[in-house]
Amino acid sequence: MKRLIALSAAPLLALAVFATTASADPIADRQALMKDQGKAVGSIAPIAKGEKTFDAATVMTALKKINDDAQKLDPATLFPAGSDTGDTTASPKIWEDNAAFVAAIDKYKADVAAAVAADPKDLESFKTAFNQVTQNCGTCHQAFRIKKN
Amino acid sequence: MRRIFKFLLSLLILGGAGFWLLSAPTRLDETKLAATTPGDATRGQSVFWQGGCASCHAAPGATGDARLVLSGGEELVTPFGTFVTPNISPANQGIAGWSLSDFANAMTHGVSPDGRHYYPAFPYTSYARMQLQDIADLYAFMKTLPPSENVAGPHKLSFPLTVRRGIGLWKRLYLSDQPVLTIANATDAIKRGQYLVEGPGHCGECHTPRNAIGGPDKTLWLAGAKAAEGKGVVPNITGGEGGIDSWSAQDIAYSLESGFTPDFDSLGGSMADVVQNMSHLQPSDRDAIAAYLKAIPAHANGYPAAQ
Repeated sequence: MKRLIALSAAPLLALAVFATTASADPIADRQALMKDQGKAVGSIAPIAKGEKTFDAATVMTALKKINDDAQKLDPATLFPAGSDTGDTTASPKIWEDNAAFVAAIDKYKADVAAAVAADPKDLESFKTAFNQVTQNCGTCHQAFRIKKN
Repeated sequence: MRRIFKFLLSLLILGGAGFWLLSAPTRLDETKLAATTPGDATRGQSVFWQGGCASCHAAPGATGDARLVLSGGEELVTPFGTFVTPNISPANQGIAGWSLSDFANAMTHGVSPDGRHYYPAFPYTSYARMQLQDIADLYAFMKTLPPSENVAGPHKLSFPLTVRRGIGLWKRLYLSDQPVLTIANATDAIKRGQYLVEGPGHCGECHTPRNAIGGPDKTLWLAGAKAAEGKGVVPNITGGEGGIDSWSAQDIAYSLESGFTPDFDSLGGSMADVVQNMSHLQPSDRDAIAAYLKAIPAHANGYPAAQ
């Protein structure tokens, strides 16, 4: 029994260690996180576009999801020095002007948190919150992303 | 010996005279300009966003209303040298003293009011396809913008590119007011999209690969290219391999409006700035651009694969 507990705890322990140190594959991790946020944005964009009717619960679920993901964006672990090469569209500017990059991430985190706190109950307030959140995508990608191939 | 010398000398003179004649700036036919009606600033505002003027001529990093102050000073760092965008606001340092003819000649013939060639970093090779009425309207709109007395610095180029006259020869090869593509059975939307993409939108300037002397390779029209500025590539926006065949026309139009790709990734690099311009367009114009992009020949990527 003890052995069984030890065995099943081992992966958990490994996970805990993994979580506190640098990630093993930061490029894959940050891409998965970005894709996840894109999915959540995509689930409510049709409402902002007027293609689907507004539903407060759907919107809140998505905003919370985006917020959870956004708060996980830790520049130090997900964008460590040296992770600008390989299968990545991260621009060298992330490291050349890291303070600006960190500031852009912090602004995004604050905007998403504010959108959740605003708890939009109608289409107009949702659109405001949606635009406030998503304008960060373009701003950050303009400065800190580069298509390489 | 003297005869050979004379012969060489006359060759040199003939060559020089030929260069001088062939490289001379050409100008717009004034009668065509006279046929336009007085510029409408409201219409001109649409043309302004179609043309993306703010992307290069607003102060670097400007956002919101500051993008309407065309003070220049943005540095375009290219393999040919560094081009500094000029002040084109209605001020003494800008274009306050320009007539409509001066403006139209700059836009369609790449010629300054004092008769010098502009470098084609200014995309007049695309603007040459614009309707003169659109240019007259744009001129009227630009006169309404806030003036700036910012002095944008000179270009940083080295010989032989410092010889502006040489651009005249380059223009003979690449400056034309004719459409790039011939599209059979084009709908009105496709025709409108063709005008916007090949003319004011100047999409081909970045999305089409260039040859060694900077001329566009029209056999790979919009197939994507190495970025003229800095590192990286500009995507293939045809339906060929590596392109956007999986995007519907609605996807394309929405990406220009919102900056979102079909899987809700967002457009980055200088395209984020282009979206800021395109989001101001009439929805029907974004739909027209999409219709055109769905109708053009498909090409595989116009840039080499990653090493």
